[in-house]
Amino acid sequence: MQFSTEHRTGYTEVLGNGRLNMVAAPKLRDVVSAVVAAGKTRIVINLAGTSFIDSSGLGALIGCLKLARQAGGDLRIACVQPQVQMVLELTSMHRVLTPHPTAEGAFSDD
Amino acid sequence: MNQFWVRVLVVLTVILGVNYIAWRWLESLNWAAWWISIPLVASETYSLIDVALFGMTVWRIKHRKPLPAPPDATVDVFITTYNEPAQMVLDTALAAKAITHPHSTWILDDGARGEIQALAEEHGIGYLTRSADWTDRPRHAKAGNLNNALMMTQGEFLLILDADQVPEPEILSNTLGYFSSRRIALVQTPQYFINVPDDDPLGSQAPLFYGPIQQGKDGWNAAFFCGSNALLRREALMQLGLVGYVKEVETGVRKALKASRTAIRRARKSPEAADPLVAGLLNEVEGATARARVELKAGGSLSEVTYRVRQTVDHAVQALVGSDFSTLEADLAEIAAMELDGGDGFNLPAEELDEAIERMSHRDWSPLGALESVQAVLDAISIERHAEAQPIMPLATISVTEDMATSMRLHAMGWQSAYHHEVLANGLAPEDLKTMLTQRLRWAQGTVQVMLRENPLFQKGMKASQRLMYFATMWTYLSGFAAVVYFAAPIIYLTLGILPVNSISTDFFVRFIPFMVVNQLLFAVTGRGIPTWRGQQYSLALFPTWIKACTTAARNVWFGRPLGFAVTPKARQDGGPGWSLIRPQLVVMALLVVALIVGLVRLAVGLNEPVGTLVNVAWVAFDLVVLSVLIKAVKYEGFVPNERIREHAVQHGA
Repeated sequence: MQFSTEHRTGYTEVLGNGRLNMVAAPKLRDVVSAVVAAGKTRIVINLAGTSFIDSSGLGALIGCLKLARQAGGDLRIACVQPQVQMVLELTSMHRVLTPHPTAEGAFSDD
Repeated sequence: MNQFWVRVLVVLTVILGVNYIAWRWLESLNWAAWWISIPLVASETYSLIDVALFGMTVWRIKHRKPLPAPPDATVDVFITTYNEPAQMVLDTALAAKAITHPHSTWILDDGARGEIQALAEEHGIGYLTRSADWTDRPRHAKAGNLNNALMMTQGEFLLILDADQVPEPEILSNTLGYFSSRRIALVQTPQYFINVPDDDPLGSQAPLFYGPIQQGKDGWNAAFFCGSNALLRREALMQLGLVGYVKEVETGVRKALKASRTAIRRARKSPEAADPLVAGLLNEVEGATARARVELKAGGSLSEVTYRVRQTVDHAVQALVGSDFSTLEADLAEIAAMELDGGDGFNLPAEELDEAIERMSHRDWSPLGALESVQAVLDAISIERHAEAQPIMPLATISVTEDMATSMRLHAMGWQSAYHHEVLANGLAPEDLKTMLTQRLRWAQGTVQVMLRENPLFQKGMKASQRLMYFATMWTYLSGFAAVVYFAAPIIYLTLGILPVNSISTDFFVRFIPFMVVNQLLFAVTGRGIPTWRGQQYSLALFPTWIKACTTAARNVWFGRPLGFAVTPKARQDGGPGWSLIRPQLVVMALLVVALIVGLVRLAVGLNEPVGTLVNVAWVAFDLVVLSVLIKAVKYEGFVPNERIREHAVQHGA
């Protein structure tokens, strides 16, 4: 899985391409902790290119949410694919990490 | 064929058992001596339920045929250790490294010992300790150790080994095949101990459990996790962690919002609240909490709901501080006293939260105090689970024995388990009574904790048969209370002449004896070739341990008291036998012997009748034979394998 980071106005976008599974999960955690360490705490994970996620991947997202919140910011997810949406609902995780249709709109409520 | 006879015996046992117990309740009670007759009939009913659950277990014994292991399955082998000797850990780790199926081996050292780390590095074995996140947070013992390692590794499957469980090279090849069924989350293999003599004085081997009982539970898709020598599917564990996490967050958020509203309403009564700025801010925050509760009910996003409330509160606090409404010193002290920043010991964060919320709702706050207490509570429940080291806790942390609770939750989520009946790891059992008693107490406490916290009978998601299979194991741990009655009843008859039944007549014998005979036959047939007598002895003889487990677990679950591990008295400090460890049992044995003598004297002088005396003397004799195992256990000086005797001789000769 490949990750890239873009600094945008008001938030930092992390794009993930590939399968966010148990192998990729630690990598995502590393990427986000580097972003938080650099002082960017409003983060959007753009999952447009993520075709598959498993419970370890979701666990990593929660770990990243914790990092962002502890640093005083927040983490949101955007552009989820159907399989990801299904897994989110299966575990009720969509209530903790609610998917936003676009990365730009993820922080629009505040 | 054997299975057929087992089922015939189960049916007969239940029919004859119900026939006997129904007669006992309806016809036989000696109401004049209700204080012993009621406990006795209750104990007998307990035992009938126990044997009926055993019958249900062995009704469906499943003999599995292993499937070929998928060659590409990735596996992490976890060796959990806290304070075991380095050599023991290394032996296990090297054997684990030599397992044939490709895998990574990890030592999970909860003792964070440099010595172990150096050994691991020297032999090319992975070494993991708790991350910095765990500092000053609940550690959750072995479950915490495993949860920590889960976040640091990435194998599809995990093999969990205690530090003393030396695996065979084929442990993975023979078990991974079961996972080709995509719903299988757990494969448990037996725990077997090599340092136990044939007569097993401490009852260490559990051949009935790692045999007919687990095979029977497997038949009902309820074979459960026993902490070691088991394989788990990572995906299932992680899913368990996620679902548990969402559930816990939601409960916490609901409670916190409710408590916040109460605190704000109380603050409104304070003199400062007359100020329009203060009143406005309080309204704003209360409005935010009310909106949040509506949104939650509608299934709204937990993270966004709490985030918005938190922002409103933060804004209000800033405004209040800016306009010089200072917090009362007393309020600050109270917030500190709520202890929301993660406690120590074994308390559930949920319990701490409940306690804090209770305090919060019963206090008159200054406006700023109220808002700050709301902040504190929101922080405590918030999405990131401040009070816990990591938000996702795949292995259950509700009990000191994480295993049973975890597999129960897996079953409740629709996952399946398998029991593989082949010894694939050789462990070391305690070699002295004191350690053995401490270990049994811990297992019993853990099981009772789960029974009280997440009673399987009321768990959604499991079939009735699965619930009963879990309940059956918990039920056996209540035997301590029945044992006391079984010891007391014959003593009371022989010394005082008081019978708990109307009369010992033909009615009694024709109902009791057939039941007893088929019951014993059932055990003999299901346990064919398995030594089960040791287990039967210990289930009665360790009654003080079982009772203590029940009382301490109940106090822990209901009143948040610590379980208190250290209470086992110190024994055998200089090699002397630890008689004090079994003081209650020695007292019972003395009473039984005295009763025997008094009973015979009373018979001779015509105070007791012959048939009653005969039955009770036989009963006392049985009790004494059961308890005699403890004499052997106290005198046991540890396992002496042949090589060690030779070494000993060489040393002494030189």
